[in-house]
Amino acid sequence: MIEGVSLFEIMSLTTILFFIGIYGFLTRTNLIAMLMSLELMVNAEAINFVAINKYLSPAVLQGQVFSLFIIALAAAETALALAIILHLYRLTTTIDVKEVEELKY
Amino acid sequence: MFYLLSAIIIGFAVLSVTSSKLYRATMYLLFVLIAVSGLYFMLEYNFMGAVQLSVYAGGIMVLFIYAVMMTDKIGEPMRSISNKRKILPVVVTIGTAALAIYAIYSYQGIAATKEATVTTVEQIGSKLLTYEAGGFVLPFEVISILLLAAMIGAIVIAKAKKLVNQEKN
Repeated sequence: MIEGVSLFEIMSLTTILFFIGIYGFLTRTNLIAMLMSLELMVNAEAINFVAINKYLSPAVLQGQVFSLFIIALAAAETALALAIILHLYRLTTTIDVKEVEELKY
Repeated sequence: MFYLLSAIIIGFAVLSVTSSKLYRATMYLLFVLIAVSGLYFMLEYNFMGAVQLSVYAGGIMVLFIYAVMMTDKIGEPMRSISNKRKILPVVVTIGTAALAIYAIYSYQGIAATKEATVTTVEQIGSKLLTYEAGGFVLPFEVISILLLAAMIGAIVIAKAKKLVNQEKN
């Protein structure tokens, strides 16, 4: 735990960060920018896992191991998504979700 | 110190989702990730802070920067939706965030500890590799297979131009 900071404040921070990510996901039309908003959300989750583990039951390490797995999954997801985005750009020369409609019909 | 880090995280996160230039948004995201790793160091979880710095601020940001450089016309503002259509997302996200924070603060059943604990690398390592109850050896192995699959998949997708041509022939 952090000296003088309650769990509520950390969870407020992560909630705000998560909803900033959701706002970005809703308003962006560029695929890379949407993926960046997703990274913000994943980060908020990982902080939440670590903070709740540290504040409520520091003897067990479940939440802290979960946050490691979250980072590994996020890395794999980002690598795949960026490969797909690059391939899409090669096919259509745009990564704007308004103009990419290959899978739509 | 915590409040300084929080201000950095929230400020740069807002800049990162509102900046109209994609490359700048990526740089703002980098600052957010570094501040988050500072938060892990403050929580006495040094290994996670190091992983955050090396994997996120190192690896994933390099991927993002390469992708931005390959797809974006740097310096030109991105196409964005009109201000009128941004009103509903702003209202919805602020309302839902306020509701969530209200729910967090109105919950009384939390008995937080007062002891500061340092998580060492040995603890994490033995937790990841133990077979006993509460061990994480199976997810650890599964995630290694997942990373291998993701690597092969990324290579295949990035090479897919040749494959597509062969299919057409």
